[in-house]
Amino acid sequence: MWKWGDNIATIEIDVRGQTCPVPLVECRKALRKASPGDEVVVTGTHPASKKEIPMACESLGLDVLAVEDKGKEWKIRIRR
Amino acid sequence: MGGKAVIVVHSGDMDKIYSALIIGNGALSMGLEASLYFTFWGLQRLKKGGLEAGPLSKMHMLGLGKWMVKKRMQKANVASLEKLMQDYKELGGRIIACEMTMEIMGIKKEELHTEWIDDYGAVGTYIHEAKDASITLFI
Repeated sequence: MWKWGDNIATIEIDVRGQTCPVPLVECRKALRKASPGDEVVVTGTHPASKKEIPMACESLGLDVLAVEDKGKEWKIRIRR
Repeated sequence: MGGKAVIVVHSGDMDKIYSALIIGNGALSMGLEASLYFTFWGLQRLKKGGLEAGPLSKMHMLGLGKWMVKKRMQKANVASLEKLMQDYKELGGRIIACEMTMEIMGIKKEELHTEWIDDYGAVGTYIHEAKDASITLFI
């Protein structure tokens, strides 16, 4: 569990151009490597993954901090 | 959340191996456990150099159909079966090889990718794995 004073890292992963199931898998790999409190930021273009990454976070019990859109790209911020 | 997906991989067709590994990776990515039980034609795909070697389940056309589908997959940037298998193992996915198939088809352990295989078993292993699974499929 994250406590005040712990160092928080931001882990960025880029899955632009990748298709099913790579965005979901790479997101999970990054979350496994992250420490509690870290922020994992996933940038991608695969439309279904924009919905499915938040579903995975829900099932993993993690908070999605934001889902941002920029044209065809999306960015999802997750608190580990 | 928990939960488990257990999949019998009976087919050795390339497209069906894709289905099995994609679903397995999806389950692991969503926090479930996953086991793939390779039997019959599916077990051939665990042979060294065998993963990508299966035919297409339809329109294989002596390899022409498979070649065309592979081209389309490359264009769509679909991951290779090799990468999907590496990801599956990295995320903790289990692989079980059917011992009876090994016996029937005369397959020795040393012919298989033993580094992927967690267990060798029979139907009891599958039932034991599947009895408390929330998802079980036969591919």
